[in-house]
Amino acid sequence: MQKRFNWPLWAGFLLTLVAAFSYFAFFVRFPVTRDFPWANLLLFLLAAVLLVAGVRRGFARDRARPKLSKAVAGILTTLSAVVFALFIFAIFIAARWLPASTGAPHVGQKVPEFTLSDANGRQVSLNQLLSEPIDGKAPKGVLLVFYRGWW
Amino acid sequence: MAISVDKPEVSRDLMQKAGYTFTFLSDPNTEVIRRYDLVHAGAGENGHDIARPAEFLVDTTGTVRWINLTENYWVRARPEDILDKAKLLP
Repeated sequence: MQKRFNWPLWAGFLLTLVAAFSYFAFFVRFPVTRDFPWANLLLFLLAAVLLVAGVRRGFARDRARPKLSKAVAGILTTLSAVVFALFIFAIFIAARWLPASTGAPHVGQKVPEFTLSDANGRQVSLNQLLSEPIDGKAPKGVLLVFYRGWW
Repeated sequence: MAISVDKPEVSRDLMQKAGYTFTFLSDPNTEVIRRYDLVHAGAGENGHDIARPAEFLVDTTGTVRWINLTENYWVRARPEDILDKAKLLP
């Protein structure tokens, strides 16, 4: 009679959660693990190995409560698959839904001039940034970084 | 220089937390973002319009020398690549 706790199943499920959330909480900070989430995919792979072992254990004939054991194995594996699918969707599909921006300035074109408020409420224009000396030296140019905000 | 729809206070928090010293500009009504055709409609919190990620290297005459419009917002231009492109500036 096999009564032992099905640890590979639970470990596989928890590792699936870690694999998904660690991207947003940690791996997103480093370009190497952010541009392509290989670290997270490796964690998902490891989780899948554990889940397979857990399902085999859960469906073994020697379980003390076979029905419960099978149900838990089925539910946790399904939830893990859903988490994995959502992760793939968020990273590879939804993140590509960006506007075409065909009207954005091209190389060789002049960019539109503008004036906006900086973080201290001071009005700053692009011309100002392109001409005001920094540490006594004339600037060579400006890098305009548009970002999504709402962090 | 960075531009987003974030209010100046939000940018100030971000600058303090991350230790950034370059200029952060606020475009809450997406006026400049729209002029640059970079509006990502409804993609922000509560369906707000935000900017799609984009980088432009501009010389002192206001001419674009290099541009990066990523296809996936998790993938961004890396600092070392941008520094390399900055050599294009006269």
